[in-house]
Amino acid sequence: MSIEIKFFGSLADIVGSNEMHLQNVSDTDSLLEKIISDFPKLNGYSFVLAVNRKIITVNQMLKTGDVVAFLPPFAGG
Amino acid sequence: MLTKEEISRYSRHLLLPEVGKKGQEKLKSSRVLVIGAGGLGCPALLYLAAAGIGKIGIVDGDVVDETNLQRQILFDDTDIGKSKAEIVKQKLQKQNPFIVIDTFYTKLTVGNTLGIFADYDIIIDGTDNFSTRYMVSDASCLLNKVLISGSLFRFQGQLSVFNFPVGKGPTYRCLFSSPPTFAQAPDCSATGVIGTLPGTIGTMMANEAIKLITGAGEILSGKLLVADMLTMNFQKIEFERNPEVIKSIPSSEEKFRKMNYEMV
Repeated sequence: MSIEIKFFGSLADIVGSNEMHLQNVSDTDSLLEKIISDFPKLNGYSFVLAVNRKIITVNQMLKTGDVVAFLPPFAGG
Repeated sequence: MLTKEEISRYSRHLLLPEVGKKGQEKLKSSRVLVIGAGGLGCPALLYLAAAGIGKIGIVDGDVVDETNLQRQILFDDTDIGKSKAEIVKQKLQKQNPFIVIDTFYTKLTVGNTLGIFADYDIIIDGTDNFSTRYMVSDASCLLNKVLISGSLFRFQGQLSVFNFPVGKGPTYRCLFSSPPTFAQAPDCSATGVIGTLPGTIGTMMANEAIKLITGAGEILSGKLLVADMLTMNFQKIEFERNPEVIKSIPSSEEKFRKMNYEMV
């Protein structure tokens, strides 16, 4: 049961990597809780989550092979 | 109607079934406003002018700085210290004398935004800060304008078309409901940016504008293009209109003028 997680923009700096794999996470709420407890600096950062290239607004069940992206807004122009 | 000179000038467009004479006439009668003549604005403006957009507006209250030259391709050394909007107008008018260019050498505020937007059909956001991005998005919704928005971080870019179809498509707030602080999402001057990234994203912004006007292809609505120039991964992330978020957009000009966008 492995979930692929991708971090975009400045979030990758905080996590120290563009991507990681996590096991034993059943849904996006528990994934978010785990990631934030591992990287408390993420707390308060603005970002949205996408599961398999679709932005989610409510908790979603996760299954092996799912890809979760942490997407912050960019300011630069 | 296109003149004889215009028919010759735009011949490569006229050959395209997706554009043709009808599409070129639509481009000629269209009005596009570009906010920010910077990294994104420069390539977008160049291609819009070359494509024959009948009326182009440029909003930028800054002057050219030497740190702009690495990516803001409409400027050269001799432009340093001069108004970006004015330089861009001169250069675009030289590129295409058949179009009208209006300049707004000012910063956008809740006081002047609606008046400036009123004369345009499509808004292109290439600004470098969140206050302006949220303000531009709200004003576009209020005035029923389609908004093409691009943004950058180092080697990564984001691009989407908001409020299309007008009043029905997802907005910037549907994607990112509220602004982050500056420390969380710094601009190019704090993070750096590869020069070719705005070239790529800005060109695609002009492309979406041309598609919107001519009706060609599929519009990048409800989808966020996320481009990574290091890996060359380009992916489209889907999102939907959020009725709850829409409620937070000011519903009248009066309410808009009372908004405080300087929260970041």
